[in-house]
Amino acid sequence: MADVHELAKMLEELDDQMVTCMKCGMCQAVCPVFTETMKEGDVTRGKIALLENLAHEMIKDPKGVQDKLNMCLLCGSCAANCPSGVKVMDIFIKGRAIVNGYMGLPATKKAILRGMLTRPGLFNNLVDVASKFQGLFVSKADDLIGTSCSKLMSPIIGDRHFMPLAKKSLHSMVKSMDTPAGKSGLRVAFFPGCLLDKMYPRIADATFKVLKHHGVGVFMPEKQACCGIPSLASGDLDSYHKLVAINLKAFEGGSYDYFITACASCTSTIKELWEMMGDDYPADVKAKIKDIADKTMDVNQFVVDVLGYKAPEEAPTGGQKVTYHDPCHLKKSLGVAAQPRELLKSNPAYEFVEMNEADKCCGMGGTFNLNHYDMSKTIGQHKRDNIVASGAQVVTAGCPACMHQITDMLSQNHDKIAIKHPIEIYAETL
Amino acid sequence: MISKALVNEFKNLLGAENVMDSEADRHSYSYDSAVLDAVIPELVLRPTNSEQLGKCVRLCNENKLPITVRGSGTNLSGGTIPTKENGVVLLTNGLNKILEINEQDLYAVVQPGVVTAKFATEVASRGLFYPPDPGSQAVSTLGGNVAENAGGLRGLKYGVTKDYVMGVDFFDVNGNLIKSGGKTVKGVTGLNLQQLMCASEGTLGVFESLTFKLVPPPAASKAMLAQFDDLEKASETVAQIISNHIIPCTLEFLDNATINYVEDFTKAGMPVDAAAILLIEVDGHSGQVEEDAEKVVNICNKVGATSVTMAKNAEEKNKLWEARRAALPALARARPTTVLEDATVPRSNIPAMVKAINDIGKKYDLQIGTFGHAGDGNLHPTIMTDRRDHAEFERVEKAVDEIFDVALSLDGTLSGEHGIGIAKSKWMEKEVGKNTLMYCRKMKKAVDPNYILNPGKIIG
Repeated sequence: MADVHELAKMLEELDDQMVTCMKCGMCQAVCPVFTETMKEGDVTRGKIALLENLAHEMIKDPKGVQDKLNMCLLCGSCAANCPSGVKVMDIFIKGRAIVNGYMGLPATKKAILRGMLTRPGLFNNLVDVASKFQGLFVSKADDLIGTSCSKLMSPIIGDRHFMPLAKKSLHSMVKSMDTPAGKSGLRVAFFPGCLLDKMYPRIADATFKVLKHHGVGVFMPEKQACCGIPSLASGDLDSYHKLVAINLKAFEGGSYDYFITACASCTSTIKELWEMMGDDYPADVKAKIKDIADKTMDVNQFVVDVLGYKAPEEAPTGGQKVTYHDPCHLKKSLGVAAQPRELLKSNPAYEFVEMNEADKCCGMGGTFNLNHYDMSKTIGQHKRDNIVASGAQVVTAGCPACMHQITDMLSQNHDKIAIKHPIEIYAETL
Repeated sequence: MISKALVNEFKNLLGAENVMDSEADRHSYSYDSAVLDAVIPELVLRPTNSEQLGKCVRLCNENKLPITVRGSGTNLSGGTIPTKENGVVLLTNGLNKILEINEQDLYAVVQPGVVTAKFATEVASRGLFYPPDPGSQAVSTLGGNVAENAGGLRGLKYGVTKDYVMGVDFFDVNGNLIKSGGKTVKGVTGLNLQQLMCASEGTLGVFESLTFKLVPPPAASKAMLAQFDDLEKASETVAQIISNHIIPCTLEFLDNATINYVEDFTKAGMPVDAAAILLIEVDGHSGQVEEDAEKVVNICNKVGATSVTMAKNAEEKNKLWEARRAALPALARARPTTVLEDATVPRSNIPAMVKAINDIGKKYDLQIGTFGHAGDGNLHPTIMTDRRDHAEFERVEKAVDEIFDVALSLDGTLSGEHGIGIAKSKWMEKEVGKNTLMYCRKMKKAVDPNYILNPGKIIG
C-alpha cells in the first residue's frame, strides 16, 4: 500500500490550483450541501483546505478527507460564484482520483464501474434482462409520471421512486444512424448517453424528430459507451480512460459539424472534462478530443443558437403550465439557460412559468445520490417545493439525471406533475 | 489535550453531532479569510439554543479552554483563527433565527448566527431597510458584523454596523446572561455596554442576541460614473460634493491599476488611461435625488472630470456598477494570493495615501491595486502576490508595515472595517499608545480573568 507521503506528493501537483482559493468563504452562500449541514468541511473552501493540508502532510488520516471530498454534488455552484475563479471542478475531480485511487474503491462500486460501464456490451445485456423482469417486481406507484416503487428492491435501493427502465432501450430499437445533411446543410453526431439509452429513449426520439424537421443529418455510431462522469466522480481513472477510448473509436471517421447530446452532464463532461483529464494522452488522441470538445453542444442550444429557432414574440398563455429547472451542468458549467426556455415558449399548448431558485441544484449529483441518498433527498425536497409552488403541471429539465431525481421527489410526495425534456415540448409542435 | 470526559460532557449537552473532534473537522475550522497561518482547534462546538451557548462558555471557563466564536469565518484579520493550545471553536450557525422584526418601533431582534444578506432581505420584504452592507454580506453573520463593527459601501451616509446596534445580550465567562441596551430609541440606563461589544472581536463576551435599528428605505436613487486624469481632481470632487451638503449613499473609488486589472478581466471597455474613476450614487426622495444628481454632475465637470456618465435606468445603473463589482475578483485572479488591506485616512488625504501606496509598491517591486470607499477615506490597497514565494512575501510584509506607517502619519487608522485580530495587533500601540492598550488589557482581565475569550486578539 502506498504511504501517506506518496499520496501527499501526488496532491502537491494540485497546489497551483488550490492556492488560488483566497478562503473568502463566498461558496457558503451557494453550496447545496452546506445549506443543509452548515459544516465547513462540507463546503468548497473547507474541502480545499483539507486537500491542502493532506498535501502538506498536516493530516494523518486520508479517509476523513475522502469522506468530505465525496460529500459534494460536483454541481459547480461554487465555481460559478467564486470571486477568484478557482477551478473547483478540476481540483475536486483530480483530488478524488488521487485520494480515491489511493484508498481503493469500495467493492460494490468497483464491480459496477469497472465491470459494467467499461464493457458496454455486458452492461446492455444486463439491462436488457433486467427490464424484462421488471414488470414482475415493480408495482406502479404513480401512473402519471411513470415511476415505480419496488417493495422487493427497497432494502437495496432505499425508498427511491425510480424511473422504470424503458421497455426497450434506444440501442435495441435504433442500433445506429447515418443520414445525410438536409436543407440545413448540417450534420451532427448524436451521443445519447446512458440515461437516454436506458431510461429515456423518448428524448432521443424527440431529438431525432426535431433534427429531421430542420433537415439536419445524424451520425449515431454503434458501440458508444458512458461519457465517463460516474467513473471520474468516483475517482476511478482506469475505467474513465477506457470509456473515453471506446467513445473515440466509435466516432472515429465520422464527418459532422456538431456533436450533440440531450444530457447536461454528458455535454459538460465531453466539452470540459475530456480535455482537462487528457494531459497525458498522445498528441493524436488530444487532437481528436479537442475536435469533439469544440463541436460538442447541448441540443437546446443547437436548436436555438445554430438552427436559429425563435419562439413567437408573445409567449403563449392559457395552456398547461410548464416550468424549467436549470441543470447545474448546463447553466453553471456551460452558460446555457435562455435556450431551453425559448423552446418552452414554442408550444401553444403550454404556458411558461418560472419557479423560484430555478438554478438551485436538484441534489442528484450522479453517484452522490447513490452514496448520500438522505442528503440528496433533503436537497431534492427544496426543488420539489419550488416546483409545486410555481403551480406548474409539467416540469422540464435539460438533463435526464435531474429528471430522474425530480421524478423521485415528486412521486414520493404524490405530486401529479409530469416531467419532460424541453426538446420534447418543442418536438410536440412538429 | 481535552479530556474524554469533558468531550462527553459537551456531547451530552449539545448532542454528538454538534461536537466535532475528528481530524478533518478540526482542520476545517483552523483558518479564516486572512492570509495567516492556520491553527488547528482541539474541539468545535455548535450550540443550537441560548441555554446551551451559556453552558458551553461556562464549561470552557471552568476548564480554562480558550474560546474563539465563529460565524462564517470571513474575518480578514485572523479574528476567528483559534488559539494555539486547547483552542475551542464555538460556532454560531446553529443560532440563526430572526426572533422579531417590529415594523412599528423599527427594530429587529436576532440570534448571532443570522446571515447578514438574509436578514437584509427579510427586512426589505417588510418594507424596511438595514443599511450595513459589508462585502461578505452574502455569507457573513450579524454576530460577526457586530464583533468586528463591519462597514461596507454605504458607510458615508448610513454609517456602519455600530450605528444600528441598539442592544446586545451576551454571556460573561461564567455563563451569566448580561443585558445591555434594548428596544427604545433613547436609553441611558447604565454603562453603554452594547457599544463596547461593537468591534470587541469576541474578547469581552459571547453574544446571545442582538437588537438592531431599522430605517425606512430611500424611495429613489441615481448612479453616476466620473473619470479623472488626475487623482487630486477626483479627491477635490469628493470634497466639493460634501461641502455642497450632498451626502451620496455610495462614493466608490478605483485607481488606475485597479481599472486596468478590471479591464483585463472583463474586457468591458474600461477607461484604462484614467488616473481614477468615482462611482457615485445618491438616494432619497425622487425630487431631491434628481436635484442632487444634477449638482454632482456639475461639480464633477467643474472640477475637471474627463467624462461623466449618468445611468438613465436600472440596466444602465447595473452597468456602471460593473467596474466596482469586478474590482476584487479582477485583482484576486491576477495572482494566487490576495492580501486585502483597509487602511483608512481622513478623506482629504486620499490622494497622498494612494500616491504613497504606489510608491511603496514600486519600492518593494509589488503589484498593488487600490480601490475603496472614497467618501469615508477607507481604502483597500490590494497586494497581489504568491504566498509560496517566500522572498516576495517578505517584501509584502514590509510593504504592509509601511502602508500602516503612512496611514498613521496622515492622521489615519490601521483598520477601517476589517478589524485588528492577530494580523494587526502588533501595530496597536503605535496608533493608540501604551496607556490606551494597558487600559484595555486591565478591562479584559477584570471580566475574563482566565483569559479564555479569544485571547491574543486586538490587545494581545
